[in-house]
Amino acid sequence: MSDVKSSQPAWMSNRHFDWPDRLATVLVWLVAISIVAIFVWIVGDLVRHGVPHLSVSFLFEAPRDAGRAGGVGPILVSTGLILGVCLAVSIPVGVGTAMLLAEFTRRGGGFGLLVRRSLDVLAGVPSIVFGLFGNALFVIYLGMGFSILAGGLTLACMVLPILIRSTEEGFRAVPDDYRRAAAALGLTRSAALWQILLPAATPGLIVGLVLGIGRALAETAALLFTSGYVDRMPESVLDSGRALSIHIYDLAMNVPGGDGNAYASALVLIVLLLAINGLTFWLADRWLGRRITPQ
Amino acid sequence: MYRPSSDMLLLAILRCLALIAVAIVLLIVVFLLIESLPAVRSVGMLRFFGDASWHPAGGAEAGRFNLTPMLIGTVAAAAGAVLLAVPLGMGSALFCRFYAPRRIGGVYRRLVELLAGIPSVVYGFWGLMVLAPLIRQWQPPGQSLLAGILILTIMILPTVALLSESSLRSVPRSYLDGASALGLSRWSTIRGVALPAAWGGIFTAVLLATGRAIGETMAVLMVAGNVVQTPASIFEPVRTLTANIALELGYAMEHHRSALFVSGLVLMVMIVVIVSLASWINRGRVHV
Amino acid sequence: MTRSNLQITTPSDVSAGEVARAVTGASAEDAAKAEHLGVAASDRAPCCMDREPVVCTEHLTVQYGGQTAMRDVTMPIYRGCITGIVGPSGCGKSTFLNCLNRMTDMTEGCRVSGRVLIDGGDINHGTVNLLALRRRVGMIFQKPNPFPLSIRKNLTFPLKEHGVRSGSQRESLMTTALQQVGLWEEVKDRLDAPALGLSGGQQQRLCLARALVLEPDVVLLDEPCSALDPIASGVVEDLIDSLRGRYTVIIVTHNLAHARRLADDVAVFWLEEGAGTVIERGPAEQVFTAPRHPATAAYVEGRRG
Ligand SMILES: Nc1ncnc2c1ncn2[C@@H]1O[C@H](COP(=O)(O)OP(=O)(O)O)[C@@H](O)[C@H]1O
Ligand SMILES: [Mg+2]
Repeated sequence: MSDVKSSQPAWMSNRHFDWPDRLATVLVWLVAISIVAIFVWIVGDLVRHGVPHLSVSFLFEAPRDAGRAGGVGPILVSTGLILGVCLAVSIPVGVGTAMLLAEFTRRGGGFGLLVRRSLDVLAGVPSIVFGLFGNALFVIYLGMGFSILAGGLTLACMVLPILIRSTEEGFRAVPDDYRRAAAALGLTRSAALWQILLPAATPGLIVGLVLGIGRALAETAALLFTSGYVDRMPESVLDSGRALSIHIYDLAMNVPGGDGNAYASALVLIVLLLAINGLTFWLADRWLGRRITPQ
Repeated sequence: MYRPSSDMLLLAILRCLALIAVAIVLLIVVFLLIESLPAVRSVGMLRFFGDASWHPAGGAEAGRFNLTPMLIGTVAAAAGAVLLAVPLGMGSALFCRFYAPRRIGGVYRRLVELLAGIPSVVYGFWGLMVLAPLIRQWQPPGQSLLAGILILTIMILPTVALLSESSLRSVPRSYLDGASALGLSRWSTIRGVALPAAWGGIFTAVLLATGRAIGETMAVLMVAGNVVQTPASIFEPVRTLTANIALELGYAMEHHRSALFVSGLVLMVMIVVIVSLASWINRGRVHV
Repeated sequence: MTRSNLQITTPSDVSAGEVARAVTGASAEDAAKAEHLGVAASDRAPCCMDREPVVCTEHLTVQYGGQTAMRDVTMPIYRGCITGIVGPSGCGKSTFLNCLNRMTDMTEGCRVSGRVLIDGGDINHGTVNLLALRRRVGMIFQKPNPFPLSIRKNLTFPLKEHGVRSGSQRESLMTTALQQVGLWEEVKDRLDAPALGLSGGQQQRLCLARALVLEPDVVLLDEPCSALDPIASGVVEDLIDSLRGRYTVIIVTHNLAHARRLADDVAVFWLEEGAGTVIERGPAEQVFTAPRHPATAAYVEGRRG
């Protein structure tokens, strides 16, 4: 091309200026830059105001003076317990449902459709409505009172669709070859499921788990009226326990002068989310990497 | 056909587990209905939209049960947020898919995912500490419909961006190559080929984001001021249905509590309509 | 030999004759293996000379969602022989194979009519134990499909599921099967490595070992070499040749030279009226040298198809 100098054909001249194309490019880059700017702004604020209040003792101490002083020790414990209850219930239910949807229901079959529609609705239900529901069912009707158990169960209902959708995707991503190979060897479907399909679908499960944990840790509205506000160290899952997100809300809205610790708690929450995210993927990488992929 | 007994057992167990999801939806509806029944009976559905004001603590007779201002608050905040978030989210998706150099695109996508993962209470807190004071300097009181709209926009933007992007990603490579081979510019390719092909997925993304905006509680609660009124401008404080429940359920008794469940029911109806619309658009596809 | 063994449920129920058939031909190790299963090796070697039909299809017709893909195939398949199935793409060869171990059950909207008899028993009968049937009729696919497990587990896991309880017995069966497919020397030092790390040809041989370790009577191979390079393909071809007499082998292949070298019998599938059917079958020599059907003649001479 380099030797074409004079008498260029028309298509080689770049003088034609495509206005809509240029404009779109500029706008799209502007949008992206402003989103990055907002991200930096928010995270920067949190770090700038949160770090000065952060220390190792902040993570272990109990809150004092309505949370203005002290730390978030018991609150982290409550958060962990709520999350534990949530996952202990939602993982078996979620994985089972995903297996059924991916491996045992036909496309357009009645039962599968019913379950899918229910999950779609469940995924859209506002968290405050989950709060109403959890309060009415677990707290009052089943008599659990404001408790970690009630909060965890409410969250389990919430994260179920997320968990199921990713796990189901995981199952669908498993090549059909494995199913056919297993069938041709005369294996039962249960054997194929447990030994081959479930391990192969684990990446999907992991993604679902990370998203579900993220949603559960971030949740506030559904916990306001189920697990409650009590910021003491919980003695059992039947005690009320304050989740980290509720702690942030309470400090910000109800405690004048609680900003500093609210920033610090928000930072802790975000770091926690990032850490769980990273850790899960790292573990999955190592674990799955050894089992399946060639060295 | 022949099925070994271990398979039958497994299938039975899985069916039971799957029924739990169905049961939860039913239970939610049933409990919302049961709890709202007292108010619907003795107050009547009409008064929820025709009463003079929202003073629900006085009992069925003396109390006032007008939910309309909060419904308007919810719709106004959600509509504003969707109007802002859709162009921004689409721009973000286009950037990721078509404009960003490969390296930057990957990093940028991670960043949007991080934005999606920030808890709403943290957004609300940031809005309360930073955004609302900024607006106050311009147009007091600061905690306002505008603050609510802006915070909601930031919150649902990643939803629109990520879902639209995955929809754009599923446009077959050959379509785009075909357009390039015809000598179309990047923008013409996007406008003429990519967007039309990804349209269903993008519309679903918008619907889901709308649902999220309607259902969001904490962020709006923390920045919108929570005055029960029909706002005359975007600088006035408003209260949304969700915020109302979060603020009052703690102390609400009898008919007041029941009225809050009615508002929950209203929210639920709005969400079901949106979800049905989304799955109607997606009919024929396996996943939303 | 007309009794049907399809109701078998556990390996210990497998009749002596069957296992013996599977293991004759037959090293001392093999005999010992048969002993492990509690059966004695019979002296009656199956061989292609007997011309005893083991699989018979009668008016077999398959529809996918109402569309007929294969019509009216009636064909005996003889014990211990290698039956080659040739024909152009899309004429129902894979469909035919899938009928023989009821893999058609896995395809939605697939309807099979007519009968498939194995040792005189109808495999589509309601009481047939599908798992036992598929154990008896092994299958190798076009694309090698080892499980994403270790090499060892690829072989021991199906054995375990089929009720071979003792770990040491599974190990010895695995060793024998790997030796049988000539893979033992190549992998004996890395049995716990992922099977997907093997080369394509090795993977295909592993799949063959995985099928053989279950001691099938009939082995179905659907274009087993078409995804392999010529060298690996040659190795697998020799391997299939070595199965002659010990197993009843049905192999679909596009490669006519391949079919000619390997097969005792050949069936030619062809599209007629939009559906595949058998237009000619018989001993390989006859089909290749003196075809009766003009389409076959054109096909084997490479003029069409
Ligand atoms: N799962 C299926 N669903 C619908 N049609 C199929 C399916 N499998 C095969 N067919 C159709 O059946 C015919 C025969 O296919 P196949 O048995 O795979 O042919 P071959 O193996 O000889 O190439 C083809 O027309 C093919 O389109
Ligand atoms: Mg085929």
